[in-house]
Amino acid sequence: MATPTASSAPTPAGDATPADAFLAGAPKGSLRHAPGPYFGAYGGRWMPESLIAALDELEDTFEKAKADPDFLAQIADLNRNYSGRPSLLTEAKRFSASAGGARIFLKREDLNHTGSHKINNVLGQALLAKRMGKTRVIAETGAGQHGVASATAAALLGLECVVYMGAEDCRRQALNVARMELLGATVIPVTNGSQTLKDAINDALRDWVANVDNTHYLLGTAAGAHPFPAMVRFFHEVIGEEAREQILAQTGRLPDAVCACIGGGSNAIGIFHGFLDDPSVQIFGFEAGGDGVETGRHAATITLGRPGVLHGARSYLMQDEDGQTVESHSISAGLDYPGVGPEHSYLADIGRVSYEPITDAEAMEAFRLLCRTEGIIPAIESSHALAGAMKVGQRLTAGKDDPSQVIIVVNLSGRGDKDVATAAEWFNLLDEDSAEAEIGKEGEQL
Amino acid sequence: MTSKSAAAIDRARAAGRSALIAYLPAGFPDAQATIDAAVAMAENGADLIEVGIPYSDPVMDGSVIQAATTQALASGFRVAQVFDIVAGITARTDAAVLVMTYWNPVMRLGVDEFARRLAEAGGAGLITPDLIPDEAAEWIEASDKYGLDRVFLVAPSSTPERLASTVAATRGFVYAVSIMGVTGARSAVSSSAEKLVADTHATGAERVCVGLGVSQADHVREIAAYADGVIVGTALVAALRDGGVPAAAKLTKDLSSGLYPADNEVDTQR
Repeated sequence: MATPTASSAPTPAGDATPADAFLAGAPKGSLRHAPGPYFGAYGGRWMPESLIAALDELEDTFEKAKADPDFLAQIADLNRNYSGRPSLLTEAKRFSASAGGARIFLKREDLNHTGSHKINNVLGQALLAKRMGKTRVIAETGAGQHGVASATAAALLGLECVVYMGAEDCRRQALNVARMELLGATVIPVTNGSQTLKDAINDALRDWVANVDNTHYLLGTAAGAHPFPAMVRFFHEVIGEEAREQILAQTGRLPDAVCACIGGGSNAIGIFHGFLDDPSVQIFGFEAGGDGVETGRHAATITLGRPGVLHGARSYLMQDEDGQTVESHSISAGLDYPGVGPEHSYLADIGRVSYEPITDAEAMEAFRLLCRTEGIIPAIESSHALAGAMKVGQRLTAGKDDPSQVIIVVNLSGRGDKDVATAAEWFNLLDEDSAEAEIGKEGEQL
Repeated sequence: MTSKSAAAIDRARAAGRSALIAYLPAGFPDAQATIDAAVAMAENGADLIEVGIPYSDPVMDGSVIQAATTQALASGFRVAQVFDIVAGITARTDAAVLVMTYWNPVMRLGVDEFARRLAEAGGAGLITPDLIPDEAAEWIEASDKYGLDRVFLVAPSSTPERLASTVAATRGFVYAVSIMGVTGARSAVSSSAEKLVADTHATGAERVCVGLGVSQADHVREIAAYADGVIVGTALVAALRDGGVPAAAKLTKDLSSGLYPADNEVDTQR
């Protein structure tokens, strides 16, 4: 029995011409502006019907805002006068020796207000919440970075803010909980399921279903149901646009490679956006390899996952034989998520972006190196991108007479102040009996 | 195409009442207990049984059902057991047996394979809380192939256009969620439910059943006045948890007393 809906329904699983679906509405041949809802076979809306009207309202508001010069001016003003954009592009001259002598340029999202790229997205979404007349925003957070950013945007714009956070994370990240509370947010510890980031998203979705009339769900990454992946990318596109302009200004040409870390993938899709349509630029996404992908304790979703649906989108997913979501593991709370944004799944399948795992140990070595050679303490998340850049640099400079001809841009998505206790524990810098050592063992990020 | 769920609802209608749809999670506390409880519910007034597949990320479920499904998973529940459970129930009762599942476990096994095995087990079809018709092309094809019902949800927030497309894609009955929220017992039935059922009927749905927050015979009575079926989940799961199969059977009997519209009750008493 063919129904009108059946015949008109898109076929996300179909593999006839994924690129056509991906590019529908985008300039011909362009990968940069894929509008969703589908990215090849990925994306879509695998969501309860109760939330579809809210997603439609959000999509409509977003599309109108994107075309509204006033909205764009508002974003530009906040980016410049509140977040501190444009963020710098810093050449890491001493770190370069660890990357085969390639020239390494760091896109300094760590210098943004609140210390990471997250502010770009929360300001944009909070403004949309206001345009929809919503008075309350909810958010999920793992380590607390997106929660802090959301609380910041809510305070700035006068919105009520509720943050869902795994109970165990709340205990480990007591200072980030305090930070959110200082900013006026309410933090709700999540005790369901595995009590991790994915369960915090589940509880945020349950809250949203019940309170959708006055509440916007401020999702923190480029994942979830349409329009979230395309919308979150839009607010982070400024990273890639600035970086492209800056590298051209500083070196006179495009880079050979661009590197970013991938959890859900928002910082990465932001910087990739600037270079996706430049075929000469190789693009790399580095996933959390945890203890090593062979141990099973990792968060390398694209490397080892398989397509499935979670939190509203079809994408690569860490799942067992029954389709149950598997717990991820990483030293970096910001990458510790068993899913990934659907656009990354597509970019992986078509081979435009290479996704590779970086272990905890590799990331921490890159962390140490950047601290010692550049005087910059990176977030452990971003250290995965640095470790990846070291590998890429060695690969691209191999056999070259002048390795400095190779140029690599790395998205330094956040600062590492929050990670000092974890790092101090990792490098045995603490007195065994100190309170800080105790905190570091628990993975606390100050 | 015949529909087992529609037939069960129509049998209740022929008896002058609404249908009772009873939910319980598969494997809680184990597979045999699920079969025994479902059979007891069917013998005590449930016309349709809804067997839920425990899932790691049940975003439409409240704390009681989450706790039960988490326990089932911790006890080693495997998705393939649901087919044995459905076969076990259909072997012992005439109730239509639907499976309620989040979509990823179906996708993981393969939509066609899942549908084939469900039909083979005698199942009536699927209730899919996180699958909307827009994404359901593969399921629509498989459910047609194996003659299974596809129960989609409508909500108070659904637009007229979405009501129409959902009704068109549905077979068996339309599941109307009474409120904006997740599963869980509530003290009163939302007033939005009656309007939603009326709108869904007006869109062309022959059978509309109401779920979410229904926990007492009074709720059942209120909903039975305007809906073709009443769905109870959390209250039954709590009864099963606290008092085992006898408690679930007793609550089912009690709930089923509310299925007759008030005027019919008067007739009965006369």
